[in-house]
Amino acid sequence: MDKSVNINATPTSTRPGKSTAKYPTKYSAFSLIRHGITKNDWPRAWRQHELKKSYDVVIVGAGIHGLATAYYLATNYGITNVAILDKGYVGGGGSGRNTSIVRSNYLTPEGVRFYDRSVHLYQDLSADLNFNIMFSQMGHLTLAHNDSSLRTMRWRAEVNKIEGIDSEVIGPDEIKKIVPYMDTSDRTRYPILGALFHPPGGTVRHDAVNWGYARGADLRGCEIHQNTEVLSINTSGDEVTGVNTSRGLISTKIVVNCTAGWASLINAMVGLKMPLVTHPLQAAVTEPVKKFLNAVVVSGSLHVYVSQTDRGELVFGASTDPYASYSMRGSLEFTEELAGHVLELMPSISKMRVLRQWAGLCDMTPDFSPIMGFTPVKGFVVDVGWGTYGFKAGPVSGEAMAQLIATQKVPQIISTFDFARFTEGRLVGEKGAAAVGH
Amino acid sequence: MITVPCPWCGERNSMEFRAVGESKKRPDVNTASPEEWRTYLYTKTNLADWVTETWYHRAGCRRYLAIERHTVTNVIRVSRKPAAQVRLDESRGQK
Repeated sequence: MDKSVNINATPTSTRPGKSTAKYPTKYSAFSLIRHGITKNDWPRAWRQHELKKSYDVVIVGAGIHGLATAYYLATNYGITNVAILDKGYVGGGGSGRNTSIVRSNYLTPEGVRFYDRSVHLYQDLSADLNFNIMFSQMGHLTLAHNDSSLRTMRWRAEVNKIEGIDSEVIGPDEIKKIVPYMDTSDRTRYPILGALFHPPGGTVRHDAVNWGYARGADLRGCEIHQNTEVLSINTSGDEVTGVNTSRGLISTKIVVNCTAGWASLINAMVGLKMPLVTHPLQAAVTEPVKKFLNAVVVSGSLHVYVSQTDRGELVFGASTDPYASYSMRGSLEFTEELAGHVLELMPSISKMRVLRQWAGLCDMTPDFSPIMGFTPVKGFVVDVGWGTYGFKAGPVSGEAMAQLIATQKVPQIISTFDFARFTEGRLVGEKGAAAVGH
Repeated sequence: MITVPCPWCGERNSMEFRAVGESKKRPDVNTASPEEWRTYLYTKTNLADWVTETWYHRAGCRRYLAIERHTVTNVIRVSRKPAAQVRLDESRGQK
């Protein structure tokens, strides 16, 4: 593997912990006051371990998918001899680079059911993890600027309603009531004809989800190994026998690939090729201002989505970069195009300044649905192909992958996302609901 | 921003191009099995290394080109006419 793909690790999160003692601290208002008064250091949220010789399950990638899989393996099935390996740090890839939008108004019934389960898990996650993930269900608007997108919105709304999800098509007048700053007049280049309104949609603090799952998994006995790169995967016949890491050899019977943008590189270690192409996806954030935007606004035609964080910053995202790449550099074209498109929607924010921009890697599949489940290599399980929708699916994929590993059976909820669908011609087309660049 | 050297137009902004994807050999239509077709259609190598790709200069000369690009650094080391174009030129006696 090429060394230059490495993410820069943060030294703070990999400092050796003080001890491997049990955690006394449950986060609460009381513990906050106590620490405020005593000025004691907070205990580390998860421990540092020596690498053991053998684990029941090795998860590659300490992002939301890997951590959630470990958490649910431990919580739902009591499997705790689990190592989560990452060549960088917890949540350093796509899990910490996404625009943190959560919604379930997809296009295919299987997609809708899957993402809706995730929304429900997110709703209870703060209590489950004892970590405030700051889920604001502010509502989600997908704008339609032409007849064909309005038609897709109506289609999506009907599929959503059948699956019991709050989702409906609204007109420009109602959009104006929800987002008064939006230019809903017919004098723009792409006038807004309507929108798919999805009230349960919203944003989550993505770092909190990563840290919460990491802390939860660690508390239950799973081991998180940061700065531990997987160099190769050992197989005997077509069975996984172990993982060769930068910190030594581990023997294991199950390896789970949860590496998003780098998934093809891990797959290649067992000789698998999948329909994955890695594209960077860029995002940007502005300086913070007083809260004025009370919904997540998405426009497919203008290739942009925008929401306002609780701190007041506007978070922008766009479509993926137009060529395959593992580079995580921002580009000027992106900011330029983004600014133009955002101002078309909300001309009044033209004086706001962009504070920073970044890119994350997305492993795109041809049908905009993930690839989850068993592979022809026994013991090598994949949770890949997360493209631009991995964050919102984190909890449900963790839950489903844990069930798959523990029971060795494919759960119903992910049965259509298997690898064989490409050779059997059963693609789950979600492009109309998952992509903004179409 | 990356610039792409087009064999006909010289260095141009990548926004003028469409990245078609990894260059691969198309199986013979008459003999290929469905399995081979699907592999050809969907499966990607997706390397983090030097790759050979086809690009299309859509907002320029509107011709296809073959480039060698490193997918981590986006450095392009080779840009040439696609093999089919070379064969065509040769059959016409052009260089």
